Amino acid sequence: MTDLIRNTAAETAAAIAAGEVSAVEVAQAHLDRIGAVDEKVHAFLHVDTEGALSAARAVDAKRAAGEELGPLAGVPLALKDVFTTKGVPTTAGSKILEGWVPPYDATLTRRLKDAGVVILGKTNMDEFAMGSSTENSAYGPTGNPWDLSRIPGGSGGGSAAALAAYEAPLAIGTDTGGSIRQPGAVTGTVGVKPTYGTVSRYGLIAFSSSLDQGGPCARTVLDAALLHEAIAGHDPLDSTSIDAPVLPLVAAARQGAGGDLTGVRVGVVKEFAGEGYQAGVMQRFNESVEILRGLGATVVELSCPSFSYALPAYYLIAPSEASSNLARFDAMRYGLRVGDDGTRSAEDVTALTREAGFGPEVKRRIILGTYALSSGYYDAYYGSAQKVRTLITQDFARSFADVDVLVSPTTPTTAFPIGERADDPMAMYLADLCTIPSNLAGNSAMSVPCGLAPEDNLPVGLQIIAPAMADDRLYRVGAAVEAALNNQWGHPLLEEAPAL
Amino acid sequence: MSVIDLVPYDEALAAYDPVMGLEVHVELGTATKMFCGCSTELGAEPNSQTCPTCLGLPGALPVVNEIGVESAVKIGLALNCEIAEWCRFARKNYFYPDMPKNFQTSQYDEPIAFNGYLDVTLEDGEVFRVQIERAHMEEDTGKSSHIGGATGRIHGASHSLLDYNRAGIPLIEIVTKPIEGAGSRAPEVAKAYVAELREVIKALGVSEARMDKGQMRCDVNLSLRPHGREEFGTRSETKNVNSLRSVERAARFEIQRHAAVLNEGGSIVQETRHFHEEDGSTTAGRIKDNAEDYRYFPEPDLVPVAPPREWVEELRAALPEMPRVRRERLQGEWGISDLEMQSVLNAGAIEPILETIAAGAPADQARKWWMGELARHANESGAELGALPITPAQVARVSELVAAGSLNDKLARQVIEAVLAGEGGPDEVVAGRGLAVVSDDSALGAAVDEAIAANPDVAAKIRDGKVAAAGALVGAVMKATRGQADAARVKELILERLA
Amino acid sequence: MPGITREEVAHLARLSRLELKAEELDHFAEQLNDIVDAVARVSEIAAEDVPPTSHPLPLTNVMRPDVVRPSLTPAEALAGAPAAEEQRFRVPQILGED
Ligand SMILES: [Mg+2]
Ligand SMILES: [Zn+2]
Repeated sequence: MTDLIRNTAAETAAAIAAGEVSAVEVAQAHLDRIGAVDEKVHAFLHVDTEGALSAARAVDAKRAAGEELGPLAGVPLALKDVFTTKGVPTTAGSKILEGWVPPYDATLTRRLKDAGVVILGKTNMDEFAMGSSTENSAYGPTGNPWDLSRIPGGSGGGSAAALAAYEAPLAIGTDTGGSIRQPGAVTGTVGVKPTYGTVSRYGLIAFSSSLDQGGPCARTVLDAALLHEAIAGHDPLDSTSIDAPVLPLVAAARQGAGGDLTGVRVGVVKEFAGEGYQAGVMQRFNESVEILRGLGATVVELSCPSFSYALPAYYLIAPSEASSNLARFDAMRYGLRVGDDGTRSAEDVTALTREAGFGPEVKRRIILGTYALSSGYYDAYYGSAQKVRTLITQDFARSFADVDVLVSPTTPTTAFPIGERADDPMAMYLADLCTIPSNLAGNSAMSVPCGLAPEDNLPVGLQIIAPAMADDRLYRVGAAVEAALNNQWGHPLLEEAPAL
Repeated sequence: MSVIDLVPYDEALAAYDPVMGLEVHVELGTATKMFCGCSTELGAEPNSQTCPTCLGLPGALPVVNEIGVESAVKIGLALNCEIAEWCRFARKNYFYPDMPKNFQTSQYDEPIAFNGYLDVTLEDGEVFRVQIERAHMEEDTGKSSHIGGATGRIHGASHSLLDYNRAGIPLIEIVTKPIEGAGSRAPEVAKAYVAELREVIKALGVSEARMDKGQMRCDVNLSLRPHGREEFGTRSETKNVNSLRSVERAARFEIQRHAAVLNEGGSIVQETRHFHEEDGSTTAGRIKDNAEDYRYFPEPDLVPVAPPREWVEELRAALPEMPRVRRERLQGEWGISDLEMQSVLNAGAIEPILETIAAGAPADQARKWWMGELARHANESGAELGALPITPAQVARVSELVAAGSLNDKLARQVIEAVLAGEGGPDEVVAGRGLAVVSDDSALGAAVDEAIAANPDVAAKIRDGKVAAAGALVGAVMKATRGQADAARVKELILERLA
Repeated sequence: MPGITREEVAHLARLSRLELKAEELDHFAEQLNDIVDAVARVSEIAAEDVPPTSHPLPLTNVMRPDVVRPSLTPAEALAGAPAAEEQRFRVPQILGED
């Protein structure tokens, strides 16, 4: 039975398709695991036992009827609570949406259901995806399965922790400034931010519309590719969705697992090193670069000077868009309503509700964004940040003229203790230093485990960055690194994690 | 309502020069909303035409309605605007419960159409050119009803109820440049501009532009400056003026009110004002202070609109004849004076007349019936001509019966009355009432003989060659036949007998 | 770039409809000052001739046909409402316009 939860998504799907195990058995095994460990981990905000079992039964019935099953049919998944699920509570980690039951499915939710994926429940996250630790959830923090007193990253800490705790083989995250990749890095799992516009945002509760992108989280690169192919593709309900065929990601992952990177040109970004980068993180990163060389890749160092302005630009653009996106939470049509005692005005009730319903980080960013958009400040702040965005895109374009992928540590440090940076926003923001440029430029990037930092025995992530619409390169290079490291360690990194 | 002593109009104009700005919102007649597939049909039950997008539910996204954009381009072209090669939507951020996202998706510094003009004809035939600043796309808000206060007003209400069926319906906002130099005719220009704009919108077929249904709403911005001064005075913004007459009255009232304030050495407060139909006055609404900061920024959920040039030229080539051009053409074709044309326009008779002509009636006949009998009826009943319960085809049929000699004018009027009274179509009325011109000599002969016998004096005059006197005998015969006699034939018979 | 004052934070909170408590105002003013100082750096490289990027994609003219799609039912639309009456969203008295 324990194999059922340790199997990869690819293995589970194959076992179900072959009739070796039923989808219901697989779902039940994961529900049992959640029952056993989630009190400690707190990866889930809502477990949809009935929904999961009925989805699993449908897969089993389909198989019994001799119908063809999709490549992920019957595989359980943990869905970040930022995607709407019809009939299942959706909170985005906020008090202001406590108890809200959406009347519609996000396009991504719909696609998962259509693929026969079994959605186990909704995972914890920083409120409205604002954070790098999941401490900003209104429903309490999530523990990192490697050390429950440490953060699992954020904002998608619940999804990453669910994978690392074997509560689900697949999970969905969203990445606005690193919210898939950084949790992946600090939990020893794989996370991918797809090219902006390739995964529908319809039904993704917006944090920053021009940066948000849903993506796959998994324990292996191949599993991520399978999930990525299932959720990607054009959606007419999202105006920013690219109308182009989904790339052959699974094929790229399989090719990469062969271990040959001859002819692949890799660039090391000079700016992602130095002060603030943990020694053990840099050590594992440098070893990964050597592994890439060993697999036949050519490695060059290059410079992206504007990247050092990415963090400030991000902290203007994201809060600005958020201040507008979050205006709809006004206590009129859905969600929390506070102070409606029959004497107060709608205006006052809105202000009281937002005061009570939003946490400090959300309020901080709303105020910052409101400031950056105000007349008189717009050009200096929002306008300048958009220019930085142009410069970063140009730096990427210049780099990708010379190399196929860029690499860097995913995040400068390993998982820090819960509470350490809770009231120091500037320190917290540094966690996304290496991930943010790809959100600003819209290109694709992956975090793949590359070992444990010697000083704390906690996972380190290698970030691989590819141009927009070249996400397949991530899977080829990521799978090659993964295979080489698994070979070196003799098993997947996650097996080093302490038992829960 | 208002306690201010207005300055008499002429006196205000003697001292000040009015400057106006008109902002007109037109609800497009698209099948669906601007950013979602919900129906725009009027009269549906509350909140039955809403979806995640137009309710502003978390996660929902907008997608632009292509007919919304096409309509905007058509309006821009008809208003002689330049059409942007590239433009964007922007978010206008402010909180209001009838606006589901608490921002309006609109356009800011990149409107789809800009720099145009519209020529409007005033009552006396003078043409005034109104410069257009811009026309941009945006979305309507939901509708609130206020409960517990007096007559549905916000003031004193205990709570409000919101229906979002209207939220997201496409709007085109058309903004003029400051209208200067109209002098005392400013209110007339305002009315004529809105009227002309409405005709243009209707001709384009992009909206019915019914002001009474809120499909077209006008904000009147007005300021005064002493004669000879360059810079504008402080303006007031009178919101949602919803009839042509009200536009004129609102402008007139504000001129008199501003003059009164200025004459007393006061200063105008920049504020929104509300117009009151009952007495034509305006009262103060929200003060526009500097706290109003809409924090516009490009809408990240939508991509830019870049109307291809070939498409714009196709739309330009396919524009219908503009109402002013058409009016001039029709006036020429009908050979009528400016004054006559003006009354046709005022009566709203152009469409009924044209449809009647299309149904086979000669132009002069069509005009005669609509501007005569039917206009009188419309006037009496307070209905619009187009709303009378008679179709242009029915009017054409009446005209045909007259031309064929089956009806004379008097009978035709009776037929029209009967049609309006709901007795059926012209042929049914003629059959049902037995109305038909009697031109059969044997039937008329007896009546003619009786008339001659009863009026020996008149008969004698005619015998003496006073042919004009025959009218009296014709009248007698018509009376005797209850109007059904063919008057021309009666006269012939009289003259034959008394020759 | 000048720092952000407590009064400014209060004004911004009003604009964004947040009824902040006094101690929150103080705390945010301090934190936002640091953040604004840090992010103001963007102007260092935002030269006149650099075009702004509002969007990572070069897409234009994404539109849908004017065809009616099914709406929610009124019951679905109102299901999440804090209060409803006569098939409408019931909200407290609205100030402002009259
Ligand atoms: Mg407007
Ligand atoms: Zn809708």
